[in-house]
Amino acid sequence: MANNSLVSIANLTGEQLKYLLAMGREFEKRPNRKILDGKLVATLFFEPSTRTRLSFETAANRLGARVIGFTDPKVTSSTKGETLKDTIMMVSNYADVIVMRHYLEGAALWASEVSPVPIVNAGDGSNQHPSQTLLDLYTILQTQGRLDNLNICIVGDLKYGRTVHSLIMAMRHFNPKFKFVSPKELPLPEEYKDYCREHHIDFTECEQFDEDIIADADILYMTRVQRERFTDLMEYEKVKDVYILQRKMLGKARENMKILHPLPRVNEIAQDVDDDPHAYYFQQAKNGLYMREAILCNVLGITLDDIVADK
Amino acid sequence: MSKQLQVAALRNGTVIDHIPNEKLQEVEHLLQLDKLPDSSIMIGYNLDSEQMGHKSLIKVSNHYFSKEELDTLCIAIPDATLSIVKDYEVVEKRSFEMPTELTDIVACSNPMCITNNEPMRTRFHYLSDKHALKCHYCGKEVDVNHVKFAK
Repeated sequence: MANNSLVSIANLTGEQLKYLLAMGREFEKRPNRKILDGKLVATLFFEPSTRTRLSFETAANRLGARVIGFTDPKVTSSTKGETLKDTIMMVSNYADVIVMRHYLEGAALWASEVSPVPIVNAGDGSNQHPSQTLLDLYTILQTQGRLDNLNICIVGDLKYGRTVHSLIMAMRHFNPKFKFVSPKELPLPEEYKDYCREHHIDFTECEQFDEDIIADADILYMTRVQRERFTDLMEYEKVKDVYILQRKMLGKARENMKILHPLPRVNEIAQDVDDDPHAYYFQQAKNGLYMREAILCNVLGITLDDIVADK
Repeated sequence: MSKQLQVAALRNGTVIDHIPNEKLQEVEHLLQLDKLPDSSIMIGYNLDSEQMGHKSLIKVSNHYFSKEELDTLCIAIPDATLSIVKDYEVVEKRSFEMPTELTDIVACSNPMCITNNEPMRTRFHYLSDKHALKCHYCGKEVDVNHVKFAK
């Protein structure tokens, strides 16, 4: 890779992750700057994702960059059969960095191999979504004051949950203890359990979800159990209400425990949890802005020192 | 005719020996033997073999296969042997070792992988501990014994 793209979380070292988080911290202190003045950011969304696109475009705008792009591939040449490579080569003539979301797995890596400008992966199919993982890490650090030696309880669809898989990979540097809570139809895939074993990550698995399971967690990471993931709808009916977090389940929770969720939420966190001091998913989403500001700067060669020196 | 004589009968070219009989057609196809107009090709089928009982063998005159062509054989016939013959001498004899990376040889089994939807070369990394290939782009792993070839 000739350029400074961000495609995957898997290859970043613990130091690189902490460096990006430190950049995010500077943007939390002061999100509005002119540090990308004169730069042009392209956001190419080959599949719609309003939330991620708005977050990246807000990050670009708050740093003084201008934004071009498309939100609906139906209006672009890809429906005429243009290859991804051709689209990337064309847009790289105009933009300094390309933020892309694509429905195909590996699309961002391929784009980074052909593009003369950096690529930021804003999600490629069920493969990688590094900016989500970085904002998750940032939120964990922000709420716990550290990343090391934390108990992290992850609940819901662990089979298809891309954010879950990336979070496990990113946390490997920080000696976590995981508790994986899922219906038996949606367990963590064997390859990620192997990954944990290879990296000496402590984990347990269970199907039961109640206040005792949550009691020793520092982070409770909720994900949605989606109906369409079940081949047997009877099974879905059996478990659909089991993995809903209710406020009454928080009685034994540690004081420092925070509830995270990649959003959008449907019903897996009851509305009454929103007012509980453990709830943190809306602040978590806000952190996406700071981390995406950090990502854009990093791929464009702006260092932490540059940001600290920018008054 | 003994094996030694068959190899020695070739002045310049390539000998692929110890091919399981049932793999012969696949190897012919992978090496595109029908597209070598300047080579004489001898194919031995169901020859006696001490190691294998029966085997097949291919001798191709005046042609040396590329690394990419030979890499396909690592998957199809990992236990076969390759001999390079120059001026009646076997100058190189080796087995087919799996390379650490395979380019444009194997197709990804994931229909949502970019390589199945874009005109581009595939890339796979060989994981020796699992005897599996991992797609460079989508990360999907596939057992070497169950791969599909890209072409």
